[in-house]
Amino acid sequence: MKVAIIDYGVGNLRSVEKAFAATGCEAIVSGDERELRVAERLVLPGVGAFGACMKALTERGFDRLVYERAREGTPLLGVCVGMQLLFEESDEFGSTRGLGLLKGRVRKFSNALVVPQVGWNRIHQTRPHALFEGVADGAFCYFVHSFYCEPRDETVIAGETEYGGRYASVVAEKNICGVQFHPEKSQAVGLRMLKNFETRINTDFYSDQR
Amino acid sequence: MVKTVLAKRIIPCLDVDNGRVVKGIRFVSLTDAGDPVAQAKRYDLEGADELTFLDITASSDSRKIVAELVRRVADEVFIPFTVGGGLRSVEDIRSILRAGADKITLNTAALEHPELISACAETFGSQCVVVAIDARRRAEGGWEVYTHGGRRAVGQNAIEWAMHAEKLGAGEILLTSMDCDGTRGGYDIELTGAVSTAVRIPVIASGGAGKVEHFYDALTEGGASAVLAASLFHFGELSIAQVKSYLRGRGLEVR
Repeated sequence: MKVAIIDYGVGNLRSVEKAFAATGCEAIVSGDERELRVAERLVLPGVGAFGACMKALTERGFDRLVYERAREGTPLLGVCVGMQLLFEESDEFGSTRGLGLLKGRVRKFSNALVVPQVGWNRIHQTRPHALFEGVADGAFCYFVHSFYCEPRDETVIAGETEYGGRYASVVAEKNICGVQFHPEKSQAVGLRMLKNFETRINTDFYSDQR
Repeated sequence: MVKTVLAKRIIPCLDVDNGRVVKGIRFVSLTDAGDPVAQAKRYDLEGADELTFLDITASSDSRKIVAELVRRVADEVFIPFTVGGGLRSVEDIRSILRAGADKITLNTAALEHPELISACAETFGSQCVVVAIDARRRAEGGWEVYTHGGRRAVGQNAIEWAMHAEKLGAGEILLTSMDCDGTRGGYDIELTGAVSTAVRIPVIASGGAGKVEHFYDALTEGGASAVLAASLFHFGELSIAQVKSYLRGRGLEVR
């Protein structure tokens, strides 16, 4: 089986599954460790609170599973809070630890902004990346979030979005990718990026050395 | 307040009765305009930024019909969509969100039990709670809120209710002018402007769209973040692409 969308009890995963199906990809929603261990690609979704997501992931032992499979080189796509979970820590309610696959923190948008950001906003491509194949620079995607990722190493940033300042909305380091928007709700652009994840992100051995 | 650059949204609305799309002209005479999933797919292809389904089914099993409809739409449409009409409890709402809706609207139930807004915002997040307000101009000035599909006046000022709903945790206001609805004479700009100024959350203007200029006026002078229309789009008199191209030509940010 090609793509497994990790079911750890948060949110509605049906839309993500159907979006992959619409791109012609074989994707399943699974909370079964054996299936997740053999899937060729993993999608880590997430909605709501970072802490609650991390807790649900940890309770099932999926924090280790995702970490190990990502380190083995399995293509991994974090979506929305799933992208945030890739980082080390979130400022939500003091501080909550994430998976630590990417270095950096998750911060809350300024109070001077309408939070959550809900709506269509642009992705400015800061470097060429396989995820962007066939996607115009500045294309609109659909966002719903109150926190954003602040990578410590700026080279992991592939796309940025403007919301009271620029922030990282697409990150990628070898096999590990994250998108802050909802590709499954971003019409043709979102579907294309899912397709690109499925066909263009290679299994590439993860190395701490950059 | 920091200015942000979210695209202005064009939202077709589908009124659904027993699983079929209908459209109310001034909330009374209803004309069949087709299958909801087919309509939703058409709007998705045409570039709609979001879809809204308002369920007007009166029967007691309407929840089941709606959940099934939501599931079918979610399987084939990859833009956000909102479902409203007759939702009365956190459990009703949970079933609709689980079926694949992104947001829900509360109208009568929110007026009768304002704490439902807070309960939903706490359980599912403000981003999925849209409070729908049907307002009619008062002879003595201001606007009065109506419930039950516009049949019952509740003796509340629309602007005050919008502010209260925001405080309780509403993420958006869907504001329908009953005076303008179905007339094609334009949105109620004064009402839209008054509510947009009073709240920080996005306001969706509804009721009265007849030509492209009306959308522009609601989004600029009216201060709305989004504009909703139903019959105009259903019967193909104006396409979403035409509206967007006009707005873009006049310098508004649209997707």
